[in-house]
Amino acid sequence: MKESEAVRSRELQRLRWRSRRGLLELDIVLGRFWAECGEELDDSDAGGLAKLLAMPDNDLLDLVMGRRDCPDPALQPLLQRLKAA
Amino acid sequence: MALAVRKFDAVIVGAGGSGLRAALELSNAGLKVAVLSKVFPTRSHTVAAQGGVGAALGNMGEDSWHWHMYDTIKGSDWLGDQDAIEFMCRMAPEVVIELEHFGMPFDRNDDGTIYQRPFGGHSQNFGERPVQRSCCAADRTGHAMLHTLYQRNVLARTQFFVEWMALDLVRGADGTVLGVTALEMETGETVLFQGKATLFATGGAGRIFSSSTNAFINTGDGLGMAARAGIPLQDLEFWQFHPTGVAGAGVLITEGVRGEGGILLNRNGERFMERYAPTMKDLASRDVVSRAMATEIKEGRGAGEHADHILLKLDHLGPEVIDKRLPGIREIALKFANVDCARDPIPVVPTAHYQMGGIPTNYRGEVVVPAGGSSASVVPGLYAAGECGCASIHGANRLGTNSLTDLLVMGKSAGMSMAEYIRAQGGAHPALPAGAGDEALARLARLDGQKGGEDVSAIRDEIQRTMQAHCGVFRFPDLLVQGVAKIRALGDRLARTEIKDKSKVFNTARVEALELENLYEVARATMVSAEARKETRGAHDREDFHARDDASWLKHTLWYREGDRLAYKPVNLKPLTVDSIEPKARVY
Repeated sequence: MKESEAVRSRELQRLRWRSRRGLLELDIVLGRFWAECGEELDDSDAGGLAKLLAMPDNDLLDLVMGRRDCPDPALQPLLQRLKAA
Repeated sequence: MALAVRKFDAVIVGAGGSGLRAALELSNAGLKVAVLSKVFPTRSHTVAAQGGVGAALGNMGEDSWHWHMYDTIKGSDWLGDQDAIEFMCRMAPEVVIELEHFGMPFDRNDDGTIYQRPFGGHSQNFGERPVQRSCCAADRTGHAMLHTLYQRNVLARTQFFVEWMALDLVRGADGTVLGVTALEMETGETVLFQGKATLFATGGAGRIFSSSTNAFINTGDGLGMAARAGIPLQDLEFWQFHPTGVAGAGVLITEGVRGEGGILLNRNGERFMERYAPTMKDLASRDVVSRAMATEIKEGRGAGEHADHILLKLDHLGPEVIDKRLPGIREIALKFANVDCARDPIPVVPTAHYQMGGIPTNYRGEVVVPAGGSSASVVPGLYAAGECGCASIHGANRLGTNSLTDLLVMGKSAGMSMAEYIRAQGGAHPALPAGAGDEALARLARLDGQKGGEDVSAIRDEIQRTMQAHCGVFRFPDLLVQGVAKIRALGDRLARTEIKDKSKVFNTARVEALELENLYEVARATMVSAEARKETRGAHDREDFHARDDASWLKHTLWYREGDRLAYKPVNLKPLTVDSIEPKARVY
C-alpha cells in the first residue's frame, strides 16, 4: 500500500468509528450508509463526511430526517446519499 | 511487557452527564483529572435525553423535596434505598441551580425563573395531585447539559482522552482500585491510567436487547470491567421498557399514536387489547399494553415471518390527521420500518430503554460490596455514577426525569467523595503490583491470536435475540429457565471470538469484540437475576408470580460472575432525616 493510501485508509477507519453516535437513529442510518457506500468513498467524500460527523447529533439528525436544510451546499450530494441509505 | 503508565489524581471512564459532572467537581478542586471516552463527550448517550431534570424548585406552584422523595420511592416499587433517594431529592434543586449558573439554557418563565414541565408520576403532597417539576431546555435537555458541562470542564482544565476504550480495572493486592488499562483507538496502544480514585460513568447496557432505544455505544463497559474484577452487579433484572419501538430498530414510536386512535393488531389482524383491557383497550397503561403484546408473541400470534412483533395500525386515521396530530411519525416509520404508515401498519415491539440496576454504590458514589460481615463494605478507590451505578435510587422502576437528576447529583456526590479520598492519600501514588494490566493484555492477545473462531456480530445477535425473547418486558418461567441455559452456553463461544482485521489503527472490529465481552456479562447477570426473582415488582413482571412479595423479596439482588452466584442484601428503608415511607400497594 502506498503511503497516501494508508493515510486515506486510516482516515476512513477513523470516520467509521466516528459514525458511532449518541443517538440510535444516527447509528442506524450511518450503519446502513457504510454498508452501502463504504467501499466507494473517495477523498472528497471523506472530507464531507468528516464535516457532517463533526456536527452535534441533534443537528445532524435534523438534516438526515429532512427537518432542516443543509447549511453547506457542497455537502448536499453526500447528505442525499446518507438520507437514501 | 511493561505498560506505559500515566498518573492522575482521578481517572474517570465515561464522558456523559455523570462523568462530566464528577470531573468538574474534581478539576475545580485543583486535582489532576483524566476523562476517558470512546466517543467525543458531547456525543455521549446523555444527548438522547429529552424529558428534563426533576427537581422540587417550586417555580410552578408549591413543591417540596419530600414529595419528590415520596414519588421516587413509590415509583421504585419500594426497592429504592431511602437514604439515597432522600439525598438525591434534597440535592436536586442545588445541582439544577448550579447548572443554570454554569450557563445551561433552561426554558424560563416570564419572571425569569426556570420553567418546569409536567411529567407522569410527579405529585404534590404525597400523591394528591400532579405537580410541574421537570426543568428542561426545549426537547434538547441532554444535549444542552453535555455542552454546558463539557465547556466548563475545558475551562477547569480537565484532560480528555477521546476515542480511548477502558479495558480492565487495575487492583492492588489488598483489593484497592489503582486505575484502569485503556486502549487508544488511533494507535492501538494500551496504557495504564493510574489514579488515586477511579470512577465508572459508562452508562447503561441497553444493547443487550435486540430492541433497544440505546445508542450502539451503550455496551455496559463499566459493568463488564467490574464483573471481571469480582465486583457484583446489583438488581439487573430491572429494565424499563417502552411498549412501542420499531421492531428490529428500536426507534421509539410515541405513545401519542395510540392516544390519537392507533390500534395494536396481532398476526390474525385481531385487535387483541379488547381481550386484555376491555374498557381502556389500546389506551391501557404502559405495563398492561406491554404485557399483552408479549403474551401475544409468546403464544404464537406475533406478526411477521418469525412471529416476533405486533402491528401498530393507524392508516384509518387518514394522512391529514396523521400529519397534523403526529408530526414526524411518517418519516420515522418510513426511515426505520420502511413502511408508509398512512397505508400500512408499523411493526413494533416492547423496547428496552433504561437500566435500573448497576454497580452497587452508596449515595456517596462509593462502590460497596458484601465483606467482613457488612453488606455494604466500601471498595477503596472505586466509584460509580449515572446509569452504570446503582445507589439504589430507581429501585425496580425509574420515575421520568430522574435519570438526569441522578447523573447530576450522583456525579457531583462521587466527585466530592473522590476529592476527599484523594486528599487523604497525600502525595505519591502507591506502587503498582507486578503484572498490573496483565488481564487486559491477555484478553487482547487471545483475540489477536484466535484462529477458526466465532464471529462477533453473530454472537451479539444471538445474545440480543435471546434476551429479547426470554427476558423481555413480561417474563415467563419456562422461557427464563431456557434463557439461562442459552446465555450460559454462549459463554464458550464468546471465549473464541475472532477478528479478521488485526490492524492497529481505528480497528472498529477489535473495539466491538471487546465491547461484546462487556455486553455478555450484563446479559448474563440480567437473565440469571431475573430467573431467580420469583415475584413481580416494578419493571420485573412475571407471569407465574404476579404480585409483589415483600415478605420474601424486599431485597437487592447481587450477581457475581464467578459461578453465576447470587446473593441478596436488604433494602435501606431508613431515610437520612425523615420518617420511612412504608411499603404499600403501588397504584396511580
